[in-house]
Amino acid sequence: MPRPIQSIQRAAQVMHLLSGRARRLSLVELSAQMGLPKGTVFGILRTLQQVGFVEKDPDSGKYQLGAALLHLGSTYLDGNELRSRALNWADSLAARSNETVRIGTLHDGRVLVVHHVFRPDDSYQVLQVGSLLPLHATALGKALLAANPYVLSELGREELSRFTPRTITDGKQLTAALKEIKKRGWAADIGELVDGQCSVAAPITDRSEQTVGSIAISGPIERLCEAEMPRSDLVEYVRESARSISRDLGAIPW
Amino acid sequence: MTGAYVASIDQGSASSRCLLFDERGRIVSVAQKEHRQLFPRPGWVEQDAEEILGTVLQVVPDALEKAGLKLADLVALGIANQRETTVVWDRRSGRPIYNAISWQDTRTDKIVNRLAAEGGKDRFRAKTGLPLTAYFSGPKIQWILDHVDGARAGAERGDVLFGTMETWLIWKLTGRHLTDVTNASRTMLMDLRSLDWDDELLEAMKVPRAMLPEIHASSEVYGEAGAPLRGLPVAAALGDQQAALFGQTCFAAGEGKCTYGTGSFLLLNTGSQLVESTHGLLTTVACRIAGEPATYALEGSIAVTGALVQWLRDKLGMISSAAEIETLARTVEDSGGVYVVPAFSGLFAPHWRSDARGVIAGLTGFTTKGHLARAVLEATAWQTREVIEAMNSDAGTVLRVLRADGGMTADNLMMQLLADSLGVPVVRPIVSETVSLGAAYAAGLAVGFWPNVESLRANWHKAAEWLPRLDPETRERRFRKWKKAVARTLEWVDDDDE
Repeated sequence: MPRPIQSIQRAAQVMHLLSGRARRLSLVELSAQMGLPKGTVFGILRTLQQVGFVEKDPDSGKYQLGAALLHLGSTYLDGNELRSRALNWADSLAARSNETVRIGTLHDGRVLVVHHVFRPDDSYQVLQVGSLLPLHATALGKALLAANPYVLSELGREELSRFTPRTITDGKQLTAALKEIKKRGWAADIGELVDGQCSVAAPITDRSEQTVGSIAISGPIERLCEAEMPRSDLVEYVRESARSISRDLGAIPW
Repeated sequence: MTGAYVASIDQGSASSRCLLFDERGRIVSVAQKEHRQLFPRPGWVEQDAEEILGTVLQVVPDALEKAGLKLADLVALGIANQRETTVVWDRRSGRPIYNAISWQDTRTDKIVNRLAAEGGKDRFRAKTGLPLTAYFSGPKIQWILDHVDGARAGAERGDVLFGTMETWLIWKLTGRHLTDVTNASRTMLMDLRSLDWDDELLEAMKVPRAMLPEIHASSEVYGEAGAPLRGLPVAAALGDQQAALFGQTCFAAGEGKCTYGTGSFLLLNTGSQLVESTHGLLTTVACRIAGEPATYALEGSIAVTGALVQWLRDKLGMISSAAEIETLARTVEDSGGVYVVPAFSGLFAPHWRSDARGVIAGLTGFTTKGHLARAVLEATAWQTREVIEAMNSDAGTVLRVLRADGGMTADNLMMQLLADSLGVPVVRPIVSETVSLGAAYAAGLAVGFWPNVESLRANWHKAAEWLPRLDPETRERRFRKWKKAVARTLEWVDDDDE
């Protein structure tokens, strides 16, 4: 095992001290508690300040934990938690739209399906919870990518694979599409993963406005689209249910 | 008839809710208002019936407003209610003479024990389908009549009235004093065959007939409501679990459902046949549609299901939310031979052993939190299997598919484990609010909004289905282990326990 990195250990110690009962500590207090020279502690604090993990209270001049740190903790939402919060809304979306509903989250450069409601007819359907879908070729995935563009840069060129003639495989083209999705607040995939199939998705956000998942309806293009565009009533249903779930998530006291 | 929606009241132990449904059985609006539960002494649980009436009169307009609808848009109102909770009021003043005594209240233990001493716990089972326990209304009425000045004399004159919650609400809404067969079957005062109050039972519980409501069908126009719901037909009343059975469209013999919550309730429709249980299950009325014969059901309740997950969260702190148990349980492939039997206050159906207490069996050095979490979810599955086996054996039928609803159905792993331990498919309906839906269906049928029960079946759709994946040998081997774990809970309580 490689030796631990001393500066990271010290940075962690600073953060532990700042998360203690006092919450705000001065440079003098910190260096005293850590038994280190003020200059060393100041260097650590300045770096932590730059990445947003520590803030300096302008009134007292003391240091406290930064907003970026709180942000880190809250962007993670358990997929099972998301399903249990979304259950009634997803059911009602399936009933209103008469289509299959799925909820997805980001998982290792792909979409993980965390919830699936069957299309309300009596056809044979199999539960898809746990399956993984490509980000760039699904509405669920594009809604997630639009909110987390950094994920796109992590996707290698070879990962933008082609599934149908309509799949977007060009990085620049995809970036432009994502900008548009972010602006209008919903995403669509029209025959981009499977010929003849369409899905429409909207992002689910938590109270810090972080996108934690997306919800989509899927079905054949002839049912979901009019003049090559998703039907506006269906788009509105999807967006309404995404808003309702987001509102419920906002109520979670982390 | 101009309206296009049915309103459904779910009057529960902690809140009243109103849901509005459209013709296809889809929810269009939900409104909810909580009410207080009063705990004046250990074991006593009371509610304020007037406060509850207030919440009901508020949630209906609230639900209408949320959906942008008017009273005239409604064709009927149905009521599903907490069962057994007892209200006694003065006919002239219209006010309760005592707080409503909740089904959870155990103050009638002494009355019940005295009755049992005279002829055993099952002395009324043949007639009522129920064992003598503190839940049911008859002894609660007796307690109120014995403890409120002048109550008994008033009851004998018919000036003091009894009702379960739906009776109180219908009386306040329409002015009529009536109950439905499903609620009446939980009083311990009704003969299941004649569907009428029974003199022997009334005498044993010391309840005057003059104070009792008329027993009606569950789906029938009882009357029109006055202000503030003026003109709205009140057209259905069912106990909440019977309403859920109806909402799951389990109309035929052999169809059953389980509602998974803190505890869980399994009901199996046995059709027009009244099945007497030899496994300690309850026999109860499932429903009666006006003009048709009553249908019956076997009922088995499991005291601790979701409550075991809450225990893992609140008492052991192993998870921070109930949903997280699935994440934890999925870190392992199986329970690693661990079994948790949550006999927190004894074992209920089908064992009925009050001397049992919970065990965690099969611990080894290999056991992790994940195994424990999985065993907790499996406990619900195995307990369900025990009750279903008892039902199958009592009714002489075989349940081929389990319709599940309730909050715990969000847990996909639990649903899979259920299918695996039962060896039959488990399905979740698209409307998980089956209690409210059942009352709406019964009310809509009564006013002709839906022509017949077959048209309701067309509204039922699978939202998800879990098929058994475990091979039968493994399934039976694990069930055998579960039974061994259950055996280890017995004879734990001693007379001189501290």
